Amino acid sequence: MLDVNKIKKDFPILSRKVNGKRLVYLDNAATSQKPKAVIEAEVEFYRRHNANVHRGLHSLSEAATVIYEEARKTVAGFIGGEADELVFVRNATEGLNLVAWAWAAASLKRGDEILTSVIEHHSNLIPWQRLSRAKGLKLVVAGVAENGVLDMADFANKLTRKTKLVAIGHMSNTTGAINPVAKIVKMAKRVRARVAVDAAQSVPHLKVNFKDLGVDFLAFSGHKMLGPMGIGGVLIKKERQEEMEPFLTGGGMISEVWPQRATWAAGVEKFEAGTPNVAGAVGLAAAVEYLTKLGMARVYEHEKKMVAYALKRLGEIEGLRVIGPKTTESRGGVISFVMEGVHAHDIAQVLSSEGVAVRSGHHCTMPLHKRLKLAATTRASFYIYNDKKDVDALIDGLKKVKNVFT
Amino acid sequence: MDIYREEILDHYKNPRNFGPTSLKASRGERVFKARETNASCGDVMEMAVVLKGGRLSAIKFEGEGCAVSMAAASMLTEKVKGKKVAEAEKMTDDEMIGLLKIEVGPTRRKCATLGLVCLRKALP
Ligand SMILES: Cc1ncc(COP(=O)(O)O)c(C=O)c1O
Repeated sequence: MLDVNKIKKDFPILSRKVNGKRLVYLDNAATSQKPKAVIEAEVEFYRRHNANVHRGLHSLSEAATVIYEEARKTVAGFIGGEADELVFVRNATEGLNLVAWAWAAASLKRGDEILTSVIEHHSNLIPWQRLSRAKGLKLVVAGVAENGVLDMADFANKLTRKTKLVAIGHMSNTTGAINPVAKIVKMAKRVRARVAVDAAQSVPHLKVNFKDLGVDFLAFSGHKMLGPMGIGGVLIKKERQEEMEPFLTGGGMISEVWPQRATWAAGVEKFEAGTPNVAGAVGLAAAVEYLTKLGMARVYEHEKKMVAYALKRLGEIEGLRVIGPKTTESRGGVISFVMEGVHAHDIAQVLSSEGVAVRSGHHCTMPLHKRLKLAATTRASFYIYNDKKDVDALIDGLKKVKNVFT
Repeated sequence: MDIYREEILDHYKNPRNFGPTSLKASRGERVFKARETNASCGDVMEMAVVLKGGRLSAIKFEGEGCAVSMAAASMLTEKVKGKKVAEAEKMTDDEMIGLLKIEVGPTRRKCATLGLVCLRKALP
């Protein structure tokens, strides 16, 4: 059991008022709030340790390099990876673009297929669309089953010897459904396809183990897991790293440079051109330590309880329909819904006036919304500092929506 | 809940000049149509205007959207119906938002002006 009252106190923003009401933050799938420990770690870096990394041999620079590499070890370890498998990037989006342009562009040939799904966040779709167009690859899109989860039969059908890469989300940011990634890896291995996982929603909310999953690439964002904005990572298997070209080029990623050519640094540095977000990495390491102390199994259990309670209470609202799984099985703390006769934006606006922050729109999953014939949905997503009172505030707000619009 | 004041809700629930945009032109009339979407909300709107003697003799809109975009479009059609084309063309975003008499945050500006953008597109 998480001690939510105690946790809430760690998050300064949760004590502020919004429109005169207590802030009820239910937009965690978009970004999480940050605990004092993370804010302070980032500030502390700038106050005491700020220097560029990998460049100077003065004491500050050396210390900053050690701190940065420590952060890499901490963050990689949290996801079951090695430090030399973790490339720091800005966010999951950049991580997936890196896989597309540094690995897939170099490894896939005209006519090869990339298999993804209609459920994906635009970040795990558009890089593949662009790459496919540029390289003459074929982008194959698996469908969604009745209950909003990946259509495994369709996926199995579309996975063939031509498939060279499977690009799949671990947990949907719209329905909360968790994909059976271990099983998908097994299936992909049979046709010798590589697997890239968009773990932006899973890493913050459940125990994810890069090594055990056996995937080739795994991208995530720090800001969704209590960390600062502008830092994230992509874990890349060593064998894949060897097949890769650089992503961005410039300082920090080279071995030797001549006027007309250059050779690349070994290891993950090859993919980190320019001055990295060291303070961000330090903040993310602090976030990971915070989550580790809570225990990811308990984080997941807590959110499961929140979902169970929220699903039950949402059922009280007439004309409200939940999109995606209606149980707590294989799903995380994200619930999207529609309300008869009320647009998602109007729901979110009324809720906001009550201090309740939810997301409305297509949540960067337009193809999924189109497939489900929905223009927009409203999404409530939970994290470690939410409790039943927050769900109650959501329900009270939705009852108010009904009053205003009917 | 200022933004959903009575007048807005009334226009949302009973939009004026709302209905099929398949208007026919009679003698001396011309019909112009446009479609506008607000991809980030999934809103779609179609507007048709009938011009006669330099005036908007009829206007119709249809579509799907939030209360703000629908009410705004409804109020807009009431405002410009019968007016000269030049007058309708002159209307600014701020004037449109002014019609609503509510505070419109940066994310809702697009909703509030969807109808106006559609109208501008329709006018020759
Ligand atoms: C499933 C999923 N993938 C990718 C992303 C992109 O994350 P970011 O915007 O941090 O790159 C998000 C979040 O917006 C997401 O929910």
